Amino acid sequence: MIHRFLPLLVTSAVLVVGFLLCAAQFPAFASLRVVGNLLTDNAFLGITAVGMTFVILSGGIDLSVGAVIGFTTVLLAVLIEQGGWHPVSAFAVALAVAGGFGAAMGAVIHVFQMPPFIVTLAGMFVARGLGFVLSTDSIPINHPLYAELGDLALRFDGGGKLTLPALLMLGVVAAAVVCAHWTRFGANLYALGGNRQSAELMGVPVGRTTVAVYALSGLLAGLAGIVFSLYTGAGYSLAATGVELDTITAVVIGGTQLTGGYGYVIGTFIGVLIQGLIQTYITFDGSLSSWWTKIAIGVLLFVFILLQKGLLAVWTGRGGAPAEA
Amino acid sequence: MTDPTPTASPPLLAVRGLSKAFLGVQALDGVDFTVRHGEIHALLGENGAGKSTLIKTLTGVYQRDAGTVTLEGRAIAPRGVEEAQRLHIGTVYQEVNLLPNLSVAENLFLGRQPMRFGLVDRGAMRRRARAVLIPYGLSLDVTAPLGRFSVATQQIVAIARAVDMSAKVLILDEPTASLDAQEVAVLFKVMRTLRSRGIGIVFVTHFLDQVYALCDRITVLRNGLLVGERRTAELPRLDLVAMMLGRELEAAAHRIAPPGNDGEEDARPPLVRFRGYGKARSVEPFDLDIRPGEVVGLAGLLGSGRTETARLVFGMDRADRGEAAVDGQAVRLRGPRDAIRLGFGFCPEDRKKEGIVGALSVRENIILALQARQGWLRPIPRRRQEEIADRFIRLLDIRTPHAEQPIQLLSGGNQQKALLARWLATEPRLLILDEPTRGIDVGAHAEIIRLIERLCADGMALLVVSSELEEIVAYSRRVVVLRDRRHVAELRGGEVAVDRIVAAIASEPVPVEPRP
Amino acid sequence: MTRPAPGPSRNLPQYGALAAVLLANWLLFPDFFSIRLQDGRLFGSLIDVLNRGAPVALLAIGMTMVIATRGVDLSVGAVMAISGAVAATLTQAGWGLAPVLAASLGAGLLCGLWNGLLVAVLRIQPIIATLILMVAGRGIAQLVTEGQIVTFTSPGLAFIGSGSFLTVPMPVVITAVLLGVTALLVRMTALGLMIEAVGVNQLSSAGAGVNTPVVLVAVYVWCGLCAAVAGLVVAADIRGADANNAGLWLELDAILAVVVGGTSLLGGRFGLLRSVVGALILQAMNTGILLSGFKPEFNLIVKAGVLMVVLLLQSPTLTLFLPRPASPRPIRPPAKPESPSPSAGA
Ligand SMILES: Nc1ncnc2c1ncn2[C@@H]1O[C@H](COP(=O)(O)OP(=O)(O)OP(=O)(O)O)[C@@H](O)[C@H]1O
Ligand SMILES: [Mg+2]
Repeated sequence: MIHRFLPLLVTSAVLVVGFLLCAAQFPAFASLRVVGNLLTDNAFLGITAVGMTFVILSGGIDLSVGAVIGFTTVLLAVLIEQGGWHPVSAFAVALAVAGGFGAAMGAVIHVFQMPPFIVTLAGMFVARGLGFVLSTDSIPINHPLYAELGDLALRFDGGGKLTLPALLMLGVVAAAVVCAHWTRFGANLYALGGNRQSAELMGVPVGRTTVAVYALSGLLAGLAGIVFSLYTGAGYSLAATGVELDTITAVVIGGTQLTGGYGYVIGTFIGVLIQGLIQTYITFDGSLSSWWTKIAIGVLLFVFILLQKGLLAVWTGRGGAPAEA
Repeated sequence: MTDPTPTASPPLLAVRGLSKAFLGVQALDGVDFTVRHGEIHALLGENGAGKSTLIKTLTGVYQRDAGTVTLEGRAIAPRGVEEAQRLHIGTVYQEVNLLPNLSVAENLFLGRQPMRFGLVDRGAMRRRARAVLIPYGLSLDVTAPLGRFSVATQQIVAIARAVDMSAKVLILDEPTASLDAQEVAVLFKVMRTLRSRGIGIVFVTHFLDQVYALCDRITVLRNGLLVGERRTAELPRLDLVAMMLGRELEAAAHRIAPPGNDGEEDARPPLVRFRGYGKARSVEPFDLDIRPGEVVGLAGLLGSGRTETARLVFGMDRADRGEAAVDGQAVRLRGPRDAIRLGFGFCPEDRKKEGIVGALSVRENIILALQARQGWLRPIPRRRQEEIADRFIRLLDIRTPHAEQPIQLLSGGNQQKALLARWLATEPRLLILDEPTRGIDVGAHAEIIRLIERLCADGMALLVVSSELEEIVAYSRRVVVLRDRRHVAELRGGEVAVDRIVAAIASEPVPVEPRP
Repeated sequence: MTRPAPGPSRNLPQYGALAAVLLANWLLFPDFFSIRLQDGRLFGSLIDVLNRGAPVALLAIGMTMVIATRGVDLSVGAVMAISGAVAATLTQAGWGLAPVLAASLGAGLLCGLWNGLLVAVLRIQPIIATLILMVAGRGIAQLVTEGQIVTFTSPGLAFIGSGSFLTVPMPVVITAVLLGVTALLVRMTALGLMIEAVGVNQLSSAGAGVNTPVVLVAVYVWCGLCAAVAGLVVAADIRGADANNAGLWLELDAILAVVVGGTSLLGGRFGLLRSVVGALILQAMNTGILLSGFKPEFNLIVKAGVLMVVLLLQSPTLTLFLPRPASPRPIRPPAKPESPSPSAGA
């Protein structure tokens, strides 16, 4: 048992150790407020990363998520500010568009047997392009509901609060865990990622599952777009550039294998928090120049992967039983 | 080909005029095939005859070009495996294992998990998984990932899954290839029970003994055409072989290795010599000498350390103790490249994963080891590559439309022959074969054994792992018997016999003879 | 289901697509094919496509081989920034042309070596292994330039970007030379076969004696070198290094060029020339969109649309319906079985 959850344990341990180190250096770190902000600031990333985890578990990848977030924020801004729509109906439309967009990519991937990397890269161009067509400027959203939603939060003593974005992320993560392990769809995802050919011969509906997983990823990117627009109060077609790489990093740090079939949603959640922790640390420190920040993130990523590999090797080398012969 | 006794009810499964072509290959050409209620029906033929294609076309993996299929009189045309499963046709496909990343229970119930309140009932799934495995005598942790278990266990799980789903028809494509005798016996018991329940079973195998032990009827295919359907009782073995090959098989495998006076030959210096060679948690330290022109067999149950020994000798796994010497010179085997430089070759057991380079052509697969040994700076000219490839394609009778065909499109047995060709092209001094005749038809089987004989006459040494004891006895001068990851006996000369091997495997070890 | 590997005539979609895009450009812009000679250098839209396409084409050459081993190199954009930064900074510091080139190409080789070691020795998945350098590399480039945009005036270095050789712009010459050298290196030796074998099945290749770690390191090193050359060309062209923006997102263009060129991301068969053609298709498209006077907002959408068409032409689902080349060199006529054995009951 422990064997299987090892990457997860390592990831969690790194999060805890990292947090303790930060707290040791900056005592203000260890407060509910910082933790609450960590969740809020990374909510959109976490929601996107859940979708990415599903896609990667199924053996695919989705490079379009950052662009879909950007597009969604613009779409919302245009609908609400220029179209005079009520935010709730705008939300519904945005979610439908994003989900449909993902489903279309999934269909192309399945029907034409094209590599997901390329199809979703093209999807990224399309989504950014559509965003540009809607508006090249940043449009502020001033609807009163936005202010209300922004204030909505579960508050705790000591200044800590769980904002709507943070709650949404936690909800999505919880639902995703259930979906991954207690539904047939989840089992089919793992099957697909384990070996597409075997899955097909075992009767897994490969086409339906592929379309569904990209639709889900698109939908969650759309939701992340909504959260992002709540968070920034604006729509901008260049928003969330490069987020696809941040999410992939989070998924990998969380112990999911990019080749598919192995990994856990919870791991991704922890991966997102670790990335957030690094960012928070850098803001706390304040003295790091921007290039040292980049190098530091690279080095941390490297150390992290090594740590995971090393611990796994040590564990399997000593205690873990090898494959029964 | 119709049943001589006219029956009122339609046959369970009737295939009429089924055709399927791939690019450049007519894999099936107007094949008829009938399975009746409560029979075990052997589907036989040489490698590449079209058996697997028939099964895949039947179950919707491939879409047929022509023909009809009826199940209990109703025309069916499954568009995918899922649909075939809903029609209560359960299938174990050749070489397709289940999903190593899922647990045993998940593998057994993928797509038909027990549900409660709209969610998968994992507890019920575990309980039912354990129950499903009981007839096979398997009690294992059904929550462990399937990849942690041996190939044989995985194969049994695949069979259990198919059996559990096949209320009407069960199709098994070479299910026994990686099972040992005991596991085969268990499988046969299960199959007989199913037969008595009226289920029709299609059984593909290259082991003729199994056909005669179990099957009621036989259908033979050759080159995509139906040769005929017979009752097993009315078809003598030799005629069956003739049907499969389209010619008489020359004398059956005989004992090649000259028995007898070994003391004298032992005086020759060995080509390779291992002392105290071993690897923790893989094989206990062993001693092994192999002389030029000698065939050494490695016998033992699955998991006894046979394959591990072969891999250590080739450097595929790295030994952590003991010494190795070639021609009396101490050597280090840190990887296949070291072994190849010393003139070793190795055909692995899992040819799909470790043997073939699927998308490359037959030609490239054949010359790969030779080229690798020459180094990248000395490319083999294209003309020469083609010569080599064509020579071995003819020599080993590899069935492929042309040498440029991607090897993954060849039938299983022909892939195996191409791998053999890869090593023969390097003119090795020691060739290690792990299950060389697995999935190979009778004709090719005899050819390979003859080839082994010829190679030894030319002075090549061979180390052969095989589950087929008759085969090992047929060509080995010496047989090393393994049990529980340990070399427990070495039989030589006149001692090489099936019953001696079985005795060594089963009983307390025959005392290992002291070495000179 | 297994599918047949690309046959020899699979190059057709690439050349066809390039021709179609060029033709479309010509329709939109009748002067597209006119070329004139001025000050001993060729000018014209077509030359422009070649010249501007050079950096991505250079990246695509190295990327092709990495992808053929079933890998991917996300760091090439960052490596471009590093090599450009090194070249500009050292030139500004008064170094001569030769040491500058050596240092800058050396930096690229080192980056490639790092990636190669991570992939081959530490066995980190390529996409993640190279992601590390993609993130950190830009930081390193900024470290070199200390966050400034470094400009230089050395005519020697600038020649690489804007000079010409026998009237042909230098970037085009350099691309052609690198393509030629690489093609010779892989096709006149057995390296090409080994790269393809490793890409299809690393375990089998190792078992057949292919030195897989060396092959892997070699392709990443070469990819680093190609990226460094591309970085030099770009820095020389603008006579300066902008560590933040040099080569930004070009890794994606390079991967696209390779895939448009028909090399599968699943590794195996590769075509260097086809990847360069892929890069030219991308550039011709960009130039065409620019010339057409479309609103720039539509650029990305048009680009994605054209890409999808090119890729769909290569899709296995569609090629199944297209006529195939005849099989080469049949070994023998397919054996027909004799009539069913009559010997039953003998
Ligand atoms: N997907 C495919 N594409 C092209 N040719 C194929 C494909 N699958 C099978 N073939 C060809 O069809 C023929 C029949 O193959 P099949 O796998 O049915 O043989 P088989 O009787 O099962 O042989 P074996 O005993 O070796 O498993 C072979 O010549 C094979 O090369
Ligand atoms: Mg078969």
